[in-house]
Amino acid sequence: MKFGALAVVVALALTACGSTSNNTGSTQKPPPTATLKPLDKVGAGEGQLNLIAWEGYVDDSWAKPFTQQTGCVISSKYAGSSDEMVSLMKNGGGGQYDMVSASGDADLRLIYSGDVRPMNEKLIPDWNNFQTFFKNPPYNTINGVHYGISLQWGPNTLLYSTTKFPNKPTSWEVIYDQANKGLITVPDNPIQIADAALYLSKTQPKLGIKDPYELKKNQFDAAVQLLTQQRPLIKKYWALASEEIQLFQARDVVVGAAWPYQTIQLKAAGVKVDETIPSEGATGWGDTWMLATKAPHPNCAYLWTQYVSTAKIQAEQALFFGETPVNTQACAQMEALQAGSCAQYHADAPGSYFDTIRFWKTPISTCSDGSQTCIPYADWVSAWTTIKG
Amino acid sequence: MTLLITAFWAIDPFTTQIVQVWNTDNFQRILNEPAYHSIITRTVVMAALVTVTDAVLAFPFAYFMARVASRRVQTLLFAAVLLPLWASYLARVYAWILILNHSGLLNWSLQSIGLPAANIGYTNVAMWVVFSYIWLPFMIIPTYAALERVPESLLEAAADLGARRWRAVRDVVLPLALPGVVAGSIFTFSLTLGDYITPILVGGAGSSFIGNVVYANVGIANNIPFAAALAIVPVAIMAVYLLIAQRLGAFEAL
Repeated sequence: MKFGALAVVVALALTACGSTSNNTGSTQKPPPTATLKPLDKVGAGEGQLNLIAWEGYVDDSWAKPFTQQTGCVISSKYAGSSDEMVSLMKNGGGGQYDMVSASGDADLRLIYSGDVRPMNEKLIPDWNNFQTFFKNPPYNTINGVHYGISLQWGPNTLLYSTTKFPNKPTSWEVIYDQANKGLITVPDNPIQIADAALYLSKTQPKLGIKDPYELKKNQFDAAVQLLTQQRPLIKKYWALASEEIQLFQARDVVVGAAWPYQTIQLKAAGVKVDETIPSEGATGWGDTWMLATKAPHPNCAYLWTQYVSTAKIQAEQALFFGETPVNTQACAQMEALQAGSCAQYHADAPGSYFDTIRFWKTPISTCSDGSQTCIPYADWVSAWTTIKG
Repeated sequence: MTLLITAFWAIDPFTTQIVQVWNTDNFQRILNEPAYHSIITRTVVMAALVTVTDAVLAFPFAYFMARVASRRVQTLLFAAVLLPLWASYLARVYAWILILNHSGLLNWSLQSIGLPAANIGYTNVAMWVVFSYIWLPFMIIPTYAALERVPESLLEAAADLGARRWRAVRDVVLPLALPGVVAGSIFTFSLTLGDYITPILVGGAGSSFIGNVVYANVGIANNIPFAAALAIVPVAIMAVYLLIAQRLGAFEAL
């Protein structure tokens, strides 16, 4: 109670200091910063760079050499959730922070509220080596304008115990199946509704779900209903990767939705598990370095983006964090650092692999057909509370 | 105060900026949505259950400490009660996860004496056990303080009037110690009511507390007005609780 009240007061204080512009959230208009011209060429660094990042994204092992090369001294603030990133950018974006390593579920919110500005991909030499999909992913590129440069990604895979399932499960059905009651774990994240929608898009084609992030009322209700039915089967909704690892290790669960990181950790610990992308496909996440609209150190920001896009740093970060680089040339570097890691993390995946993965993007009320009938993210969050009970 | 005002505002659903339009939608949502009813009920019932459990466990313990044990044993028991408070809250909760999970100490012990596995890890039962353990010292200390204050002469008088030991405990010690137990219950009740970490770590599906929903609305949805409205619920519950506690004389016992 006390924590809650305190957080409310603090957050309110933050909001009070922030911008008071009343953004109505109409998304049919182009993003407010669409016409801002990005830099033509990268000048000398300003000596300073302020970042909002996921924990571990600005690790000393590659941040220190960057400072030595460029003279840009990095001060970084770690954020615990996509929403913290959004509110930090909203409240401190007025010239305090330069960049944010936002995930797909936060990107559109940042773009449409005008907190980030277009970037010039031509200034990032390694951009040409990116997986084709990550050059213009829909979560950070709108009408051909890049609101950031892709960094790393990962799929949300189906993790299962090979003792319980000697044959690889071919469908997400196993996590909705009464037979596995009390032995299932899924992430504690509202975006999980998209996983249910993806499953329904294949199993109930009548609903007509085309994009699991653009759900109309009846489609959304069907997904919520599926997840509500799933709840009694769930042992635990996991919030941290370590929780899921522990659940599998202690044999509390036998199947769940996971990241490749958990699979790798569990296999290394000798637990008999494997992962698969079932026939319905899977959701995934992609992170992007985005440039704040009022970034005080744009040159250092571009230098940083160039640096983290290089094959070497991409490989280092991928292995450090357990994710996959967007730079296709990073594969060899990963192999050099840790043999077999390139294939483990799907860094060598062919283009067709990306057809099976639907990357996170913020659900907004504007559907791709232009109508305003899609269910926005705030409703996803409250529905998720109801589902979890 | 800010909390109260914010609760009557709304947010823009897309940019999650606060819109300062006066309305009671947040409260209506709490009233009309069965999920919030069950979350509030769960939180309050758990807080009450933990309080009763702790009172039942703490009373004999505190009685022994205050009236039976020698000075030396008393000091040792005091250390035993207070020492866990030196360890991190999280470390103690994690220790319980290791005890209660599927291949944990509990199931291992049960199996080695031929009983079926309990499998109470990640359930509301597990939360009840962990909460009761974590907040037990907060019940023992005020109960002990109240018991120690019961004058020996009253017990002697009871004995003179022919009351046996149990009768004296029931009719003399218990009523005099009650304010101490109620004072302790303020701690156990309010601490459980406001907790959101144990439900995350030990709870399973369907274990959300009011605190978890507040946290989700501040941290994930950025819906601060709704979080504020929900945060008023435990404030109101505690206000009622403290009023009752005051009637029972808990504040004189503190």
